[in-house]
Amino acid sequence: MSTEPYIVLSAILFTIGCVGVLTRRNAIVVFMCVELMLNASNLALVTFAKANGNLEGQVGAFFVMVVAAAEVVVGLAIIMTIFRTRRSASVDDASLLKY
Amino acid sequence: MSVLPMLAPLAAEGAEHVPVVDPSSADGVFTLMWVVIALPLAGAAILLLGGRLTDAWGHLLGCLTVVGSFAISLAMFVSLIGRADDDRQVSQHLYDWISVGGFKVGADLLYDPLSALFLLLITGVGGLIHIYSIGYMAHDERRRRFFGYLNLFVAAMLVLVLAENYLLLFLGWEGVGLASYLLIGFWQYKPSAAAAAKKAFVINRVGDMGMSLAIMLIFVTFGTISFTGVSEAAGGAKESTLTAIGLLLLLGACGKSAQVPLQAWLLDAMEGPTPVSALIHAATMVTAGVYLIVRSNFIFDRAPDAQTAVIAVAVVTLLWGAIIGTSKDDIKKVLAGSTMSQIGYMMLGAGLGIAGYAFAIFHLLNHGFFKANMFLGAGSVMHAMDDDVDMRHYGALSKMLPITFLTFLMGYLAIIGFPGFSGFWSKDKIIETAFVDSVWIGILATIGAGITGFYMTRLMLMTFFTQKRWEEHVHPHESPKVMTFPLIVLAALSVLGGIMLLNDWIVDFLAPVVGTPVHHETEVPPIVITLIILAVVAAGVATAWFTIGRSEVPRVAPTQVSVFTRAARNDLYGDAINDTLVVRPGTHVVHGLTTFDKSVVDGAVMGQASATGGLAQVFRRWQNGFVRSYALSLLGGAILVVLALLVVNLG
Repeated sequence: MSTEPYIVLSAILFTIGCVGVLTRRNAIVVFMCVELMLNASNLALVTFAKANGNLEGQVGAFFVMVVAAAEVVVGLAIIMTIFRTRRSASVDDASLLKY
Repeated sequence: MSVLPMLAPLAAEGAEHVPVVDPSSADGVFTLMWVVIALPLAGAAILLLGGRLTDAWGHLLGCLTVVGSFAISLAMFVSLIGRADDDRQVSQHLYDWISVGGFKVGADLLYDPLSALFLLLITGVGGLIHIYSIGYMAHDERRRRFFGYLNLFVAAMLVLVLAENYLLLFLGWEGVGLASYLLIGFWQYKPSAAAAAKKAFVINRVGDMGMSLAIMLIFVTFGTISFTGVSEAAGGAKESTLTAIGLLLLLGACGKSAQVPLQAWLLDAMEGPTPVSALIHAATMVTAGVYLIVRSNFIFDRAPDAQTAVIAVAVVTLLWGAIIGTSKDDIKKVLAGSTMSQIGYMMLGAGLGIAGYAFAIFHLLNHGFFKANMFLGAGSVMHAMDDDVDMRHYGALSKMLPITFLTFLMGYLAIIGFPGFSGFWSKDKIIETAFVDSVWIGILATIGAGITGFYMTRLMLMTFFTQKRWEEHVHPHESPKVMTFPLIVLAALSVLGGIMLLNDWIVDFLAPVVGTPVHHETEVPPIVITLIILAVVAAGVATAWFTIGRSEVPRVAPTQVSVFTRAARNDLYGDAINDTLVVRPGTHVVHGLTTFDKSVVDGAVMGQASATGGLAQVFRRWQNGFVRSYALSLLGGAILVVLALLVVNLG
């Protein structure tokens, strides 16, 4: 089985996520793009595990999922709180911690 | 017992044999050697640590410890006399003090005829001065502390003269310096006393630097610093090395003994209480330089150039001190100038080598008696005159203070060398020996004796004779018995000190330490020299009588005086010389260093700090708070890492 399409798919997904993080202002969208990048890397890990015939990459993918789940909990909570106090979900508005 | 293997004594070339220190182990009464030091040390510890608890009886304890040391010293002296001539060096090993690789220093004590005489002087005269201080300091609320310092001084001085190696001697040397500093500045609320203490301490540092360099050079040259080892090995060293050691030791001696060029501190040291001036700055500590040179005779005897330097310093100082003494109105400063001058005579004796060592020590002991006597007498006069030190305010006190007057008279006759009194014998011998060495040195020493006659007569006349010049409210009264008793004992010793020269006893007694002098005939018989000295002294006394005794002494010092008087009043510009040569250049150097520190060193450090700050001002703009720009940096960084990995792995 050729692994090349999976890697290409993974790269495309990662690039979409990357561009999304850099260009979108809405915090929820940025967040979703981060998830996209994580899952792109998960796909790459699983693909390499398959290619190498061992389980290390798959275990790595599980770790990423666990961390991503935890991150979602914390991240969404922060976005919710900021939205409640500032009535905005734009990441550019939350720029008080500077200089 | 010596820690070094006994080498065969090296025979010195020439007729005069330089003796080797070769002590036997202490036994019998000599095992108490350490107690002599321990007693006053314990006294000092109790008095200084005990605080107010010891206020009531502290002065009595202070006296007891020194008198106890005197008793032991006397017992050891008697025991030493009973031994054979060549068995009179006893040493006691207390413990290993320093042991670093090849450098081993033991806390060893050496008791020989030289130490024996010093022990008796320090504890005997010291004890008398302690007793005198009970009365003199009776009204001082810090009397207990005073006695603590005095005991500390006595302990340190005993370490100095009992040490068996140069380092232990240096310990005592610094100890007496510390005690001297504490006691000069005893009335530290007086700015002049605090400044005088500092001055003494700082000038002594210069001498101590020479002393410590000498010890290092001795160790480098001989591999040991014990008197035993050095005296055995000295014969094999190069003369240039010995000369260097001798000159460095002389520098140390100059500092401690107030010899030119390090003489300036002694006159200011008179700010201390009078018993301190008597004990430290007349009888004992200031003679430590003479002790050092006599103790190091095995070095100086083989370094004629160093001996010449000692003689030069001595002659300059004996005239310098005497000239200062002629025009001071402060009774203690006259005596201080006189002390400088008399130590000059001792140094002269010590510089003359084997022929003079014994006479230097002889004069040192006599001077200890008569100068302590006169200082205590001056203290008694000050006591009677409400602590006034200006002789122009005295006059005609002989009837008011009969005991002080009579005892002072004995000291006076001793110092000017009146025939039969102690100073006559010792000074006469030193000048005679100087004439054998060189006529010019002899002549200069004789002139010094004449000036001594002048200034001492001036002091006597202005204090005890001439017109009554004190104020109405001053009521001179004789001092209490506790103060007159030491005066009487010291006066008796001033009269009788000469008996040490009977049958050349002191010369023979010290021979195991300093060698046996070869008798040289002078070109003229000694009696002629004695008569010349007496004539010069008589001329000095007569001059004083005609210029001061027969005329009215003004109550305020006249200001229209000759340039010589003005120079002598200003200590021959000793302070001005020090200021110009040392203090002012030193200040300039310090100013330069301060500027360098502020501009270059501080500039570098502060510049670095402000450069970092300025850079941070630029870089902080990156922290703009926009998450997406941070993400871009993150991406850029990740790309860089990937590129770097690619370059490393593929390149």
